[in-house]
Order: sequence, then structure tokens, then C-alpha cells
Amino acid sequence: MRHLLDTRTLAREDALRILDTAEDMAATQQREVRKLPTLRGKTVVNLFYEDSTRTRISFEAAAKRLSADVINFSAKGSSVSKGESLKDTAQTLQAIGADGVVIRHPASGAPERLARSGWIEAGVLNAGDGTHEHPTQALLDAFTMRRRLFGEAASRGRDLDGMSVVIVGDLAHSRVARSNLWLLNTLGANVTFVAPETLQPYGARDWPVTVRHSLDEAIREDQPDVIMMLRIQSERMHAAFFPNEREYARNWGLDDARLAQLPERALVMHPGPMNRGLEISSAAADSDRSTVLEQVANGVSVRMAALYLLLSGERTEHA
Amino acid sequence: MRTLLQASEISRALIRISHEIIEANKGSGGLVIVGIPTRGAILARRIAENISRIEGTEVPAFTLDVTMYRDDLAKHPTRVPQPTVMPPDGIDGATVVLVDDVLFSGRTVRAALDALNDHGRPRAVRLAALIDRGHRELPIRADYIGKNLPSAKNERISVRLVEQDDVDEVTISAEGEREER
Repeated sequence: MRHLLDTRTLAREDALRILDTAEDMAATQQREVRKLPTLRGKTVVNLFYEDSTRTRISFEAAAKRLSADVINFSAKGSSVSKGESLKDTAQTLQAIGADGVVIRHPASGAPERLARSGWIEAGVLNAGDGTHEHPTQALLDAFTMRRRLFGEAASRGRDLDGMSVVIVGDLAHSRVARSNLWLLNTLGANVTFVAPETLQPYGARDWPVTVRHSLDEAIREDQPDVIMMLRIQSERMHAAFFPNEREYARNWGLDDARLAQLPERALVMHPGPMNRGLEISSAAADSDRSTVLEQVANGVSVRMAALYLLLSGERTEHA
Repeated sequence: MRTLLQASEISRALIRISHEIIEANKGSGGLVIVGIPTRGAILARRIAENISRIEGTEVPAFTLDVTMYRDDLAKHPTRVPQPTVMPPDGIDGATVVLVDDVLFSGRTVRAALDALNDHGRPRAVRLAALIDRGHRELPIRADYIGKNLPSAKNERISVRLVEQDDVDEVTISAEGEREER
């Protein structure tokens, strides 16, 4: 692997290699000394054209625990606000000597452009691009599911064959939903998208996914092993997608009554940040089945694995 | 390709090493046997079984992956790490015996010493190797050696063990542009 741009084209063996390596990384995080010397002398640039706290600090923690030097570059208050193009920024990073670039960008496809353009030799990790993909989030979600399902000791090498995963919420604007769909599909899980028609992604009916409008029907029919609630992204809502927040919470929120309807084993996941009382109730967010904080902790291990696999080996031209 | 050690010779060498470890340690107290994956970990299990049998007390074997501590990561295709299993109470004050199959440049052992450091502070660290083939690049030597095999640098020495390769043997072959470690 040279770059990690999406999960749609990520091969099953590569996905499992990242997840298994993340198990090793997670094990090192239990030790007295949590820092590894692995990427000493390498430079990782966090190139963030969009606000993000969680993903950025997660990548930063992951790179630092592998002893890489980290440079944070956010578009606000930088040369980008003075009109610098992606190409010029990339060439600047190349001149500085970046070995890895973690990029978040509002335009779908920007990481791919960066990786394929020849502007830069560094390995590129997509940390979320527009409404396209957010591969490390999907990988950490799969890692969390696998650990809860099989236990830490027995997770290695396993996929998610036959699991039922219901993803609910603002799917139209969600790169997390897309990345999860492709990865879960590769790993053998069955995915259901639940949202009002206005929030279903364009073209979803051509994807390997069951599309539903009713959350209650999904809980009844799909007997989910995992229910993943997505944030209502008010900042991306420039039209009336649903009448009002109260109506959304009543029809598509995971409230206490729906929590009780879920199968005993079902996990409640949320990539954060949560809108408590809108897409998820406090009782659901704080219950034993909720993996919200585990997802954050696992995010560091998964990103360590991705950085390690992308940046440690011999640099080859293709692959 | 030539066979240097057969199953019975490997087994005898490991039994001798086990006795030497017990003798130097005056018993099995405070001993932690740690193998370096893949084949060092298998040898560590066999040595720990030998010591358990000889001393009549259970001596467990552990596994320490050193991939993320190597200094040659950038010179090879990406290596996938192997699981590490270390004592739950740590290794502070223990006598750690590192076990590897072939001692060559010494760089794997250097990485292992760094990795051990992150798990605690042992009282002493010893090194056991089934084969010492010379060509050290670092000031490292083994305390327990199965067999010294002087070799040319471009020769390839392969250790095969039943658990991994369905046969116990050590072979040497002339060509092979890249060495095992």
C-alpha cells in the first residue's frame, strides 16, 4: 500500500492487514512506555482544509506515538486563505520533506488528486474528503465491531461475515456512511441505510445496501448487530431536508424506547460529535452497548497501523 | 542446499541450552523465556518446556515482536508485525532469556533490547541462539549457542521447525541474494 484514499477499492486482505496491525498497535498502548521508535525521522503533515478536532488530534497522537515529527497545517490563517492552490501547497510540503500527508478537504477527490498528480512523493491518507470517503473512520468502526464481537484475543484475521449493520441519519452528506458501506461489504456484513428520502445518498439504490425509510422497521426486520447513528450535519444542510429537529428525533432518533427494542447483543455506535437528544438519547449514548469512547481510543490504534503500513517500508514507485 | 542439522541434533542442542540456562541461573527462579517471532518464539516454547520438565515447575514462554523497533524498516518492503505476549506483571527484576533462531548481524537483537526496555527493567538479559553464523555488525554475542556455523555472507541459512514448516532441520544454500535477517 502506498496511499489510503478510500475503502471502495481497498482489498479485503489489505483491510485485514490494517485491522490486524491495529491489534498490535493497541497492545503497545497498554504498556508503561507507549511510544514506539518506528517512524523516527519521518515527517507527517496534517493538512486540514476543514475544521476537525477529533480526527486531527487522533492522527497527531498516532503519528507521535510512532515517533514521527508532526506538522499541523490548517487552512484558516495560512497561505491557503491568501489564495494558494492545492498544487502549490503540495509542492511546498514536498520541498519541506514530508513523508506522509494526512489530508482533509471539503472537495470530494482532493486526496486522490494529491496522490496521483505527481506533485508530491509522500504517502497520502484521506482524513475525509467532501461527501466522498473517510476510510480510517470506517476502519476504526470495523475494528471496534470485531473486538466487541470476537474479543481482543480472537479478533485477528476475522472478518464480519453475516453481521447486520444499520446506519441511520444524514447519509446524503456522510462520507462515514459511504466508507463504512464499502468496507463492511468487503468484510461480508449486510448494511442497511435508514433515513428520510431527502437524506438518502444519490444513487444508493445501485449500491450493495438495503434502503429503508423507517427506523422501527429496520430494527424489526434486520435485527441489527450494530446500529450506527450519524450526526445531523447542520453545517452542510442548505435546504429543508426534514420539517424540524423534533420531528427528526421522533422518527429517526435512537431514543430510549428504540434502545429497548434492539436485540440484546446490539452495539450502539456514533462517530461523534453527538447531538444528544437529536439523533441519539443520553441513555443510549451512555449505555453499556455504546462504543463511542472505545471508537475514539481504537481510532488512534487504527491510524497508527495505517501510518506504519504506509510510511515504514521501502518506497516503491507503484503499488 | 546442504543439511547442517537434523531433527535429533536440533533437539539435543536445545536440551543442552536448557540445562545451561538452569545452571547459570541456579534453577528456574525469576526466569522469563522470550522468543523473537517467528521461529525464535517456537524455540522459546521448546526451551521453556525442557526447563519445566527438568525442574518440575511450570516455566512459561513469551513472545516479543521487534518489527517496530528495527533500524532497517525503510530498506525492505513493509513488514507486518506479529503479536507480542509478555508477562502480565511485567519483567522488572526478572532474568530475561531472549531466544532467536539465527544470530547474524545482531540487529534483530538490538531491536529486541530496545523493545524489552519498553516493557520494564529486567535484572539481566541473556541471549540464546540455535545458530551463530558470525558476521556481526554490532557488539553483541550470545550466551547460549546451539551450533557455531561459520558461513559466507552471501550464503543463506534456513531454520525450519515442525510447528511452522512441517520439518525440523537447518540447511545452507549458496545463492539467495537476500539473507533471512
